[in-house]
Amino acid sequence: MSSFMENIDWSEIGQATLDTLSMLGGSMVLTVVLGLPLGVILFLTGPGQMLRNRAANGVLSLVINVLRSVPFVILLIVMIPLTVALVGTSLGVAGAIPPLVVGAAPFFARLVETALREVDKGVIEASFAMGAKRRQVVLGALLPEAMPGLIAAATVTAIALVSYTAMAGVVGAGGLGDLAIRFGYQRFQTDVMVVTVVLLLVLVQALQMVGDAVVRRVSHR
Amino acid sequence: MRLPAFVPIDLPPQAAIVITFDNVSKTYAGAGARAALTGVSLSVAPGEVFGVIGASGAGKSTLIRLINGLEKPSGGQVLVDGDDVAALGVEGLRSLRRRVGMIFQHFNLLSSKTVAGNVAFPLKLAGRPDAEVRARTTELLARVGLSDFASKYPAQLSGGQKQRVGIARALATGPKVLLCDEATSALDPETTEQILDLVSTLNRELGLTIVLITHEMDVVRRVCDRVAVLEAGAVVESGPVEDVFLHPASPTARRFVMEADGVPADGALVGGRVVRLTFRGEATYKPILGLVARETGVDYSILGGRIHRLRETPYGQLTLSLTGGDVEAAIARFKADGVRVDLVTETGR
Repeated sequence: MSSFMENIDWSEIGQATLDTLSMLGGSMVLTVVLGLPLGVILFLTGPGQMLRNRAANGVLSLVINVLRSVPFVILLIVMIPLTVALVGTSLGVAGAIPPLVVGAAPFFARLVETALREVDKGVIEASFAMGAKRRQVVLGALLPEAMPGLIAAATVTAIALVSYTAMAGVVGAGGLGDLAIRFGYQRFQTDVMVVTVVLLLVLVQALQMVGDAVVRRVSHR
Repeated sequence: MRLPAFVPIDLPPQAAIVITFDNVSKTYAGAGARAALTGVSLSVAPGEVFGVIGASGAGKSTLIRLINGLEKPSGGQVLVDGDDVAALGVEGLRSLRRRVGMIFQHFNLLSSKTVAGNVAFPLKLAGRPDAEVRARTTELLARVGLSDFASKYPAQLSGGQKQRVGIARALATGPKVLLCDEATSALDPETTEQILDLVSTLNRELGLTIVLITHEMDVVRRVCDRVAVLEAGAVVESGPVEDVFLHPASPTARRFVMEADGVPADGALVGGRVVRLTFRGEATYKPILGLVARETGVDYSILGGRIHRLRETPYGQLTLSLTGGDVEAAIARFKADGVRVDLVTETGR
């Protein structure tokens, strides 16, 4: 066992961890920025909702399903020209963020839709009865009432993004997943594999705990 | 064919009318659509408590939602405070809804906001300045007796307290009309009484016009001035509560009254002639029953009844089965003493 950990270059591990965290942070922010409005529109155009529109809802739902059914590894490759056009490179942290967002935003949008469906319809009706405009109903009642569900959805999405960042390592994104594949898998350096997986586990565990704590804090039901 | 407009024979004494339904119908779109309301005409005067009673599915919820435009009529016209509700634009409807408050069976409070936040919500929607919102919220919470609960969340309150928050919230924008959508149906009897007392007090002290829908005759008896009985989307009977309650003309109204009295709907299970005696005012407390029985030789068994107050008037109602002796004379004797006699059934003689 004396040779265990002999392959570990801690500065490289540190850099990879930072890369993973920046990929996660950057893609999570953009996923919420894009996915939240998409989910809200998906909900509001649904049957019986205030902007019900079968055509718009159908198209949006189809686009989301298409994006969600493409395996993420394929999406990474298919996206390369678009990624280069958007951020100038398909490599590194910057090159990983566009495919991560395109992969995660539709997933988050669906979870948002589900969380909004959980909101008591009576509360929405009461808000209208108090003279609220549609925008006020969405921002003042619907989203605050759904907040615990939305935080839980963001937690699940962030954790899914952690595994996506590991896959992004395949196409040169860097990060912990990249280390695991290049050293742990391809060079049979089990110690590197173990360390990266443990770090990813710690990250996932931390995200879940923080998410759960925030849900408890915003939930008054 | 347009049905002839219903002419209310019990026109309220005040000339002004705050809510008018003129031959209103409502059919929901969709497969197997059945009319929720057909040819409903009624009017509500300022300051009165107007009840709408009906079984579930009779169209009560639709009726009350037409008043604040949560539903649009398929035919006819709903006028509220001078506005044709269906013709109002977005801003007109918002303005109307600030003049018409509403409370709900399941309270519909925002679970994410505190008690104070819930009461402040309609004021914030209306864009009132913060200082006014705070002052008004404090005042309203005091009015419903929840000053100590301002920073609690709805989940920490009892049903009765939640409904008080609902009432405070409905009153925030200073409405003229309060709509009560089965407001006490989810509450226990004692809490129901407290909430109805509060509603009555608001009616008296603020001159608030109240429209309430319910399936309980007891609620109508306690607080309403007038009542409309709804059956399968149509008004089958309406009038002052005393008249409808004591002398229901329609089978539906009779059934509701019987239920409230605890009398089995089928009085024919017992022999004799089943009659319902109604005593009002002074007659309520006279020892008339024994007197008539001795004079006419009839025997009576009491099937059900109550001595109560309808708002301020004491009244008694007894459902009796009369056997033996001179039943006709007994009935005549009751009538002579100012007691109203209604025949329930004559079978089993």
